[in-house]
Amino acid sequence: MDFMNSVELVQLADASNNFIYATMVILFIATISFSVSFAAGRRRVRRVEVSPRRVLVESSGSEVRESEGSLAELDPGRRAANIGMSLTWLAGAMLLVGVILRGIWAGRVPWGNMYEFSISSALGILLVFLVWSTQRDLRWLGLFVTIPTLLTLGLAVTVLYTESAQLVPALKSYWLVIHVFAAIVGGGAFTVGAATAGLSLISGKGWFTQLPSREKLEGLTHKVIAFSFPIWTFAVVAGAIWAENAWGRYWGWDPKETWAFITWVIFAAYLHARSTAGWKHQKASVIAIVGWLAFLINYFGVNIFINSLHSYAGV
Amino acid sequence: MSTTLPPMSQRGFLRWLWRQLTSMKTALILLFLLAIVSIPGSYFPQRGTNPILVDQWIADYPRLGPIFDSIGLFDVFGSPWYSAVYILLFISLIGCVVPRLGVHWRAMRSQPPPAPKNLSRLGGSTFEIEGEVATVIENARELLKKDHWRTVIGQDADGSRWVSAEKGYLRETGNLVFHFSLILILVGVAVGGLFGWRGNVIVREGEGFSNTLTQYDAWGGGRLSSAESLPEFSFTLESFNVEFERGNAQEGAPRLFEAKMIVDRPGVEGSTTHLVEVNEPLVIDSAKVFLVGHGYAPHLIVRDSKGQVVLDDPVVFLPQDGNFTSTGVVKVPDSDPQLGFRGLFLPTSAITEELGPHSIFPAPDDVSVFFGAWAGNLGLDSGISQSVYTLNVDDMTQLGLESLQVGQTWRLPEGAGSIELTGYERWASFQIASDPGKELALIASILAIVGLSLSLFIQRRRVWVKIGQVVEVDQVTEQGSSGTVKVGRVKVEVAGIAKASGHDAIEQVDNIVETLKGQTA
Repeated sequence: MDFMNSVELVQLADASNNFIYATMVILFIATISFSVSFAAGRRRVRRVEVSPRRVLVESSGSEVRESEGSLAELDPGRRAANIGMSLTWLAGAMLLVGVILRGIWAGRVPWGNMYEFSISSALGILLVFLVWSTQRDLRWLGLFVTIPTLLTLGLAVTVLYTESAQLVPALKSYWLVIHVFAAIVGGGAFTVGAATAGLSLISGKGWFTQLPSREKLEGLTHKVIAFSFPIWTFAVVAGAIWAENAWGRYWGWDPKETWAFITWVIFAAYLHARSTAGWKHQKASVIAIVGWLAFLINYFGVNIFINSLHSYAGV
Repeated sequence: MSTTLPPMSQRGFLRWLWRQLTSMKTALILLFLLAIVSIPGSYFPQRGTNPILVDQWIADYPRLGPIFDSIGLFDVFGSPWYSAVYILLFISLIGCVVPRLGVHWRAMRSQPPPAPKNLSRLGGSTFEIEGEVATVIENARELLKKDHWRTVIGQDADGSRWVSAEKGYLRETGNLVFHFSLILILVGVAVGGLFGWRGNVIVREGEGFSNTLTQYDAWGGGRLSSAESLPEFSFTLESFNVEFERGNAQEGAPRLFEAKMIVDRPGVEGSTTHLVEVNEPLVIDSAKVFLVGHGYAPHLIVRDSKGQVVLDDPVVFLPQDGNFTSTGVVKVPDSDPQLGFRGLFLPTSAITEELGPHSIFPAPDDVSVFFGAWAGNLGLDSGISQSVYTLNVDDMTQLGLESLQVGQTWRLPEGAGSIELTGYERWASFQIASDPGKELALIASILAIVGLSLSLFIQRRRVWVKIGQVVEVDQVTEQGSSGTVKVGRVKVEVAGIAKASGHDAIEQVDNIVETLKGQTA
């Protein structure tokens, strides 16, 4: 590599870092906006206690649909939520650029170590949320997505930061692209699912009166997990194929494999709980959160606290 | 029967037990149990993956260690309690899924159920269109069929006619495929466990290996595997290349491992050359050769008290850390008295007060070897087999300590002989494995993912199109002896439901309504 080239690469690295810092600032403001909206919504609900929270309206034909928009007059809370949403889009775009620059700098997929995996995972969470928000109104969920994303990025830039370098030979495989990408998307969706599951447990109580109804949140949680569970399954199988090729066995109960399996089993239990009488509601939501905790243990705990074949590159 | 219990109640009890075991709630509890009993397997070192760490753990905790060992905490995934949980889970799975096979089979062959009496109670849509009852019904049916619905036409007692349609049978098919694939995966794992084998061997540069049991450093096979039927092949490790990161970021991290091997196998004329890398194993028949590690082998010449060469060989040293501080043992039984050395190989040497002699970089930039020498009886004749990596100094006296660089010789005290470091070689360690169950496990895994996706993304829905009455008659046409055909405006009701909670058929109903309206417009 000639001199000019390496100067350009260093600038690329700085640019990537700057984009990620900028993302954090924007996400922070988005979090504040969502918090303002949240607080304002709470006040509003208390004020307009008379208006029923769910209104059944007749729409085309005789079908009956639930209206979410009956309270949606543009009050300060809504405006703050809209600002938060726009900022989250901006943050998602900035983070996408930051992650891509990191990839160009390293000359490979941007998930070769824990730092890169974390920024890519943060991007995964945001993308799952943003894409989903084009399907339905998710402004109420914003606060609970920006906070974990911000925490992930914070952990990445403070504890996990590593200078980019080449990969160790064990990671030089196209399975790195497939296996880790699936883990990032699946993990991002598990995070969103844990947020909706958590909210379903507190919806309607105390401060949390203007959230969607408990049933609605439980349904949403189910949908996100039904989306991420096959992806997670694929990530595990892809990892097994890779392991067979690199280590000579497709399954060896390495701690990372064990926790991926535990995560899988817990989310399998969640899906079963959703069709078991007496387990469909709060209990299922608790299982979804426990499953996400298992994912977190797999993600951070195994690399940091346990001696595993998956402990690479500094951490 | 001569049992004390009446046969009926015994059967009743068994049936009750079976129903408990195959209930969804039991499956749930067993899934939780499976998750929980897996946890110690990730926390405690496991014999299967890291036997050295297990021994160390037991040595570190002499009171708890043996207890934990006896209850299987160091072999969690082979322990009876772990097996109990997953075997029960699979019995529960089979008991739950097999009856559903029959139910689903019948459902797939039966017709959709008749339309409910009162469609308007299901929401849906009501409208009027121009047409004749039989044609509208036929049109609706054609429309649904084209969209892959299963349909049936019927008539209520009050004369209203309907099409009943159902879709999404693949959801249950996927569900069943997924669960049966899990059983297949287990079979694949079992086949691998019974017929598979795995061995490890360290090969120095220039050295050869032929695939027979005696050549392995360690070999393990399943109960039904046979060491006699190992595939015939041999190879020579021509060279081993390794590179390490020299930049600031991740300094010392490996960047390249590459073993150049010359392979001979029966049925293939001459030798072939292969490059084996970490993610690029060498496939020979049913076996795969994986590159799993590497290290240094200092070349030593040992002379006895008379100056005779008693050892002239590279000796394999095992790396102890990421910078390849390596330890090894040299045993010289052919000298009098017998000689033994404990060595510390440092590819890039450094000495600090805290760490003593150690290596600060994995590449051989500044090689030295620290030796401790012993003379006496190596204890090799005692009948107890010894590891080549440990030195028993019970019957030996220490002669001294010395460090050598390449080309240097250490003359041992008391004229006991000498040891010379002439250079070093690299070695690579290989894992050679065969798992005849892995293809089955892979196919079953792919089936499982396909089945799972079908069962989660496909919705089972029913829709009905019903024509209650003719609203107004424009004209009545004679049609042979079969009667009259009424043409005019008919009232059409369309409604639908989804089986899974949280889903509906609004979109499907809207589509049908729009198309039906569009046909007459």
